[in-house]
Amino acid sequence: MSASTTSALNVQLRVRLRKSFPGGNSSSFALDVSFVVSAGVTILFGASGAGKTTLLDCIAGLQTPDDGEIAIGETVLFDSQSRRNLPPSRRPAGYLLQSLALFPHMTVQQNVQYGLAALDKSERAARSLQTMESFRIASMARRRPGEISGGERQRVALARALVTRPRVLLLDEPLTALDAVTKARIVDDLRAWNAMCRIPILYVTHDREDVSALGENVIVLEAGRVVAQGTPHEVLNRPQSETVAQLAGFENIFECSAIGSHPEQGTMTCRIGGSGLDIEVPLARVNVSLPLRVGIRAGDILVATDAPQGLSARNVLAGTITSLRQRDITVIARVDCGAEFEVHLTPGARRSLQLEPGARVWLVVKTYSCHVLQSSG
Amino acid sequence: MIEALTLTLRLAVVVSAILLALGLPLAYWLAFSRWRWKFFVEATVSLPIVLPPTVLGFYVLVAIGPLSPFGRWYQALTGHSLAFTFEGLVVGSVLYSLPFAVQPMAASFSSIDRKLLDASALLGASRWRTFWRIVLPLGLPGVLTGFVLSFAHTLGEFGVVLMIGGNIPGATQTVSILIYDQVQSLDYATANRTALLLLFLCFTLLTILYGLRRSSAWHLWEWK
Repeated sequence: MSASTTSALNVQLRVRLRKSFPGGNSSSFALDVSFVVSAGVTILFGASGAGKTTLLDCIAGLQTPDDGEIAIGETVLFDSQSRRNLPPSRRPAGYLLQSLALFPHMTVQQNVQYGLAALDKSERAARSLQTMESFRIASMARRRPGEISGGERQRVALARALVTRPRVLLLDEPLTALDAVTKARIVDDLRAWNAMCRIPILYVTHDREDVSALGENVIVLEAGRVVAQGTPHEVLNRPQSETVAQLAGFENIFECSAIGSHPEQGTMTCRIGGSGLDIEVPLARVNVSLPLRVGIRAGDILVATDAPQGLSARNVLAGTITSLRQRDITVIARVDCGAEFEVHLTPGARRSLQLEPGARVWLVVKTYSCHVLQSSG
Repeated sequence: MIEALTLTLRLAVVVSAILLALGLPLAYWLAFSRWRWKFFVEATVSLPIVLPPTVLGFYVLVAIGPLSPFGRWYQALTGHSLAFTFEGLVVGSVLYSLPFAVQPMAASFSSIDRKLLDASALLGASRWRTFWRIVLPLGLPGVLTGFVLSFAHTLGEFGVVLMIGGNIPGATQTVSILIYDQVQSLDYATANRTALLLLFLCFTLLTILYGLRRSSAWHLWEWK
């Protein structure tokens, strides 16, 4: 293994920055983040307006942070203290803009080798050909961006960004417009490429499907701040913020107020707002004077047609089915227990329990299926 | 008449060439600068469109005359005044045709997607390279329009030429001045022939310009 490969394995992208956008009370916004990512795909997840694109722009040098430091390995790209601010053209970052920004007047090959101006002609041709082959676009080298499909354009943009061998790759929702199959194929090629080069890839998305499908790591951004970071598994199983909750797929999110805590039992009692319904949730370190939210996955709720007894589950709620509908192989039941719950069942369970709208049922929810979320406000 | 015609064509070629060299950086700056007082420059560049040629010609004449520092400097350098010479005409015409060159160029530059310029910079290109590889090819229709318009506008110029150059055959007598001269001496038949020639010339130029604009051949980069 050569020295360059060894160092490439250890390259990390370190970001610590603040940037505020003054505006009216409603429009002012501040990005304030600090994180380190290693080689591999890191998903940057957040709703639109969370600051994802601004963050990428700052790393690439298209926007300047108010202060902080950005570095790739030993190379400092931006440092407010030493007033270092490399222009985009001198940063070793590949950046796939959301609009792709392919040069319309150049062929695919000319686009791909645009960043190789420093190399001599034969080397330039060889390197661009090799990259075009990795991304399966060599056959359309002489066509222009206007003459190829959307998926092919994505491939050209990827090849153009990667042919310069950047030390970090930034992707701004690059695949949102594509159908699932096309997307999966491109992602496979990107993975294969990164298995060789091993650089940090920051992949911005607001699509939660992408998170577990693509990411080795997830950073969740909410209103300009990092609210969670870790593997998809860690982040999704310990959701604390609302963005993560939405990400983790809580169909039921209730506004609650804490009305009592039982440290000896490891639980606390929460009253669901707008109802008299109390539920037991795990004791959590939260500020009880602030409103809480409790998230419950629809698939974590049991349904019983008789009042159950002798259960370890603390929450047994009586209610009435208000609606039932089926989507694919999931039956979605809405149950009114004073507050409305969404419950997911299999079609088999629906048949054997003979569930119909209007039927009286009991919902059983384990304490540990109730996730306490502190609202971000 | 041949003398006046070659003089006019020579003037138009020199002026439009100078305006191409001058107009490209100026148009680039106007299209992409974020300077807050940019509008002041924009207004100045557009001034010759609304200003009577006599006003512009008068001030240029004063500026290049022996009473101004610039006029004295030029006279000390070359031994003669700029006024009533071909070079004087060039100076006046460049100023007078400036908006016709710069405005189409600036308009086509500012219609280019900024993201393409970002992408170019992200791929390591300098501003210089971005200009030659991205801005110029994509803005080419506007650049050619500016070039042709400034050429045609110089062909038909009258007021500024009369103010600065006077009416010296072989030195400053352009076709439009010649027509004026012929009408003054009541030689309507000759004036008619000269006028027809200028009409034909300008019409041909503009026909070619608009014809090219219609066809896809206008996008020169598609030829390659």
